[in-house]
Amino acid sequence: MDFLAAGDLSTALDARAEHPEAELLAGGTDLMVEVNLSYHRPAGVIAVRSCEELLEWEGRRIGAAVTWARLEDGPHRALAQLARTIGSPQIRAAGTLGGNVATASPAGDGLPWIAAIDAEIEVASQRRGTRIIAWDEFFVGVKETTLAPDEIITAILLPEHMPVSQEFAKVGVRNVMVIAMVNCVVARGEDGFRVALGSVAPVPIRAYRAEEMINAETSISDAALTEFARIVSDEVRPISDHRSTEAYRRHASGVLARRLVERCLAA
Amino acid sequence: MTVGTKERVAAGIGENAPRPDGVAKLSGNFAYGSDLWIDGMLWGATLRSPYAHARLVELDITPAVVMSGVRAVLTQDDVPGRPTFGQVEPDQPVLCDGVARYWGEPVAIVAADDQETARAAVEAIIVEWEPLPPVTDPDQARAAGETYRDMVIRRGDADAAGSVVIEGEYETAIQDQAPLGPEAGLAIPDGSGGVDLHVTSQWIHIDHAQIIASLGMEPDDVRCHPVGIGGAFGAREDISLHIHVAMLALRTGRPVRIVYDRTESFAGHVKRHPARMRYRHEADDEGRLVKVTVDMVLDGGAYAHTSHAVLANASFFTVGPYKCDNVFVDAAVSRTNNPPAGAMRGFGAVQVCFAYESQMDRLAEVLGLHPLEVRRRNALGPGDPLATSGQIVEGSLPTLRVIDELESIPMPDAAIPDDPRRLPGGTGLTTPKDAVVRGVGFALGLKNLAFSEAFDDFSEVLLILTPAGLEIHTAAIEVGQGLVTICEQIARTVLGIEAVAWLSADTSQIGSAGSTSASRQTQMTGGAVYEAAVGLRDKILQQFGGDELTNDGVYDRGELVATLDAVTADGPIEQWVRYRHPPTEEPDEFGQGNPHAGFVVAAHRAVVDVDPELGLVRVVQIDTAQDVGKALNPQAIVGQLEGGIAQGVGFAIMEELIVEDGVILNPTFTDYLIPTLLDMPDVGSRLIEEPAHWGPFGAKGIGESPTISSTPAVVAAIRAATGRPLNRVPVRPQDIAGV
Repeated sequence: MDFLAAGDLSTALDARAEHPEAELLAGGTDLMVEVNLSYHRPAGVIAVRSCEELLEWEGRRIGAAVTWARLEDGPHRALAQLARTIGSPQIRAAGTLGGNVATASPAGDGLPWIAAIDAEIEVASQRRGTRIIAWDEFFVGVKETTLAPDEIITAILLPEHMPVSQEFAKVGVRNVMVIAMVNCVVARGEDGFRVALGSVAPVPIRAYRAEEMINAETSISDAALTEFARIVSDEVRPISDHRSTEAYRRHASGVLARRLVERCLAA
Repeated sequence: MTVGTKERVAAGIGENAPRPDGVAKLSGNFAYGSDLWIDGMLWGATLRSPYAHARLVELDITPAVVMSGVRAVLTQDDVPGRPTFGQVEPDQPVLCDGVARYWGEPVAIVAADDQETARAAVEAIIVEWEPLPPVTDPDQARAAGETYRDMVIRRGDADAAGSVVIEGEYETAIQDQAPLGPEAGLAIPDGSGGVDLHVTSQWIHIDHAQIIASLGMEPDDVRCHPVGIGGAFGAREDISLHIHVAMLALRTGRPVRIVYDRTESFAGHVKRHPARMRYRHEADDEGRLVKVTVDMVLDGGAYAHTSHAVLANASFFTVGPYKCDNVFVDAAVSRTNNPPAGAMRGFGAVQVCFAYESQMDRLAEVLGLHPLEVRRRNALGPGDPLATSGQIVEGSLPTLRVIDELESIPMPDAAIPDDPRRLPGGTGLTTPKDAVVRGVGFALGLKNLAFSEAFDDFSEVLLILTPAGLEIHTAAIEVGQGLVTICEQIARTVLGIEAVAWLSADTSQIGSAGSTSASRQTQMTGGAVYEAAVGLRDKILQQFGGDELTNDGVYDRGELVATLDAVTADGPIEQWVRYRHPPTEEPDEFGQGNPHAGFVVAAHRAVVDVDPELGLVRVVQIDTAQDVGKALNPQAIVGQLEGGIAQGVGFAIMEELIVEDGVILNPTFTDYLIPTLLDMPDVGSRLIEEPAHWGPFGAKGIGESPTISSTPAVVAAIRAATGRPLNRVPVRPQDIAGV
């Protein structure tokens, strides 16, 4: 197995072009678990964690290799909240937002935030240069994305108008270090609430019908919130598996979304 | 004339003597089984069945054999001796005998130059299976007569009736011991046909007997050596890789190491028996038990292991620490294609405690009594007959006192915490303070001490006094609980000599110390150390004409008559003992008789914060009053109480191996969740010292009690907060939320 530690992005992109069969290593918190526990043997590995370009975080552009530890202390409230819930301090020191996007697990904790704020994924390749993909065109299935084999995720691009308030919550049976049964971000901007959920569909989803309903309310009553929660529960598409049941995930989706709207209103 | 200091020896019993392994463990310098290493060793790997039940149609090892770096590939045909093993009945094939009976059953083993090659060779083996329908329902298996043991208890009058009747059905899922240290072994050929086996174990002599049988070798040809244990909890009472690693070493003539990865570990050791229990309690108007009727089935999985003894415990402790004159139990442990079950902390007493304590709570509720009051009215004590076997409780059993002491522990601050990490949902930020409901619950648990049912239970110890101090030679296994420290403390106090060293012996050097399980080693190996130390002391005092032994030597009426150097001038002085507890009996066909050597009782109070809408729980505080007999090392006891509570909290709200069609769906620490520090409650503890009728200084084994009744206490607290029936553990969020 070939291994390359790329010191900069162009080296990484050259290697990626030459070895599209190789896998990318950033924090390694997904890949190395596969290697160690599932005996997965990558045909090659290109390590990108030292590429300066991917570590930069300026304004609306969050480099793909920015770690959870940095995001935890960052200015985006829901992003900081969710970063805190990921693994142990050791995992957060290594794992990255770009890696979370690349793995595209249905339970990825960073993904509902990207969906809620309508962020875009910036990718690059040696041959085609930079390409910017809307989040809902990037995630297409369970651990499936539209990233091409010669491409590298370079950054998460935030929209010009960020929400005025944003809140995250995640349900698991343990109070820390747990994979989400449901995770949820609610963002409140000038155009109203946006509601995104994870672990309840093959990809992160927005509860558009529920958003439409709550955003049509002039003053948000208890009855409206109850109806809103009901629509969220109805809109999600969860499965039953060893972590939870479909019924519970539907129920928890509605409860979390309602509580996060309340938190946004109180903010 | 020299006058002795006459001070009590330092670090004797009753003190928080430091652990000899403590600093090494904290600083990362302790050698665990998985650290075993020797130059030139080969690495072993195991091919396992991907089915819970399947016929082996074809097994072609050729592609693995011809790989570069592969030194041996062995199957069941290569087992030199008895093709099966098992602690009680040898029913499990060393390697698959043509039919796989559980998911993960070992099929073939490989030794290669490195771990990668060994794993690749395992994958290269060609294996074809014909899947068979797995038997996964223990009730069906029981109905078909597929049981390892059936127990019948008939005590008292079947026509007795109470005015209050409580009926309930309860279920406990599969808990795994989840020891952080995986199964590990290193086998080293001795050059003359024999082998030295260094392997994670709780009882090297019972391993040894099974290993030599399957290797077809004489006892002297195989030596089992203790290694550093990273957690046991019953998972190391049965054979895992022991025979495999020895077979590979003998075949290749080279040292071989096997260390299981996490998923193999989950597949490769026995688990806590899941149970279904149907209970009927009848009581009078005052809440006194009149009759208890129980039908239960445990799922023993694919092979026997210790199922028959687990079922006995579940049956005999089916009523708990309560008096009742009329008890009728029908119990069975079934043979299925689920993961094999065996020993785990609490050993059958855990499952029934959840059921009988749930019943006692419901009885209290119906009568309008405080949960502890109904327990007081029924409390079992010395001189009372055990509800099931009728055995008269000998020695101490402070059931009433544990209740009283538990109540004396202050409750936590009534305010719901502000720190979100201390609310249900924790760092997930799911739950605002105003969505939290607090609940309080109680539970008591009863456990036997050491082995029961006429088992010849003993521990051998050899003490050797040299000019440098005392050596304790034993094959007893320290699993992290503090046995080494306790035994050193006992020896110091009896002999008055501070310099005491524990020297682990292998199976060729001394006889069995018995298993490090069943809450037995403090009393058994501790008892052996005590008896040997008394014998050694008396021998020296008699020989040198003294009345006291100290660090300086022998004193007679305050005068030093012989220094330690003088005492050992003619060579080391030895004292060997084989210590036994009071004999126990086989129960009769109706479960009547004296099957137990003694009992231990504990009480727990759990305070929980619950988010009823999401079904999330944070355990705020668990308090416990524990019958300890005599606290030989209070800090070590509190360590056991807190660790056992962590395991009990885990079983109450998160720890479950999920098995579907016999396949474990969550064999990783990603999905088999054990409590973290944030999930661990504060613990208040009270140690009740009423001496046991046997064992060193009246001490009792306390390793299991904290796990037994902490689980039902947590569930009782969640019930109190939510009003949900919660008849199954672990309690899942959907059970509380009611969706």
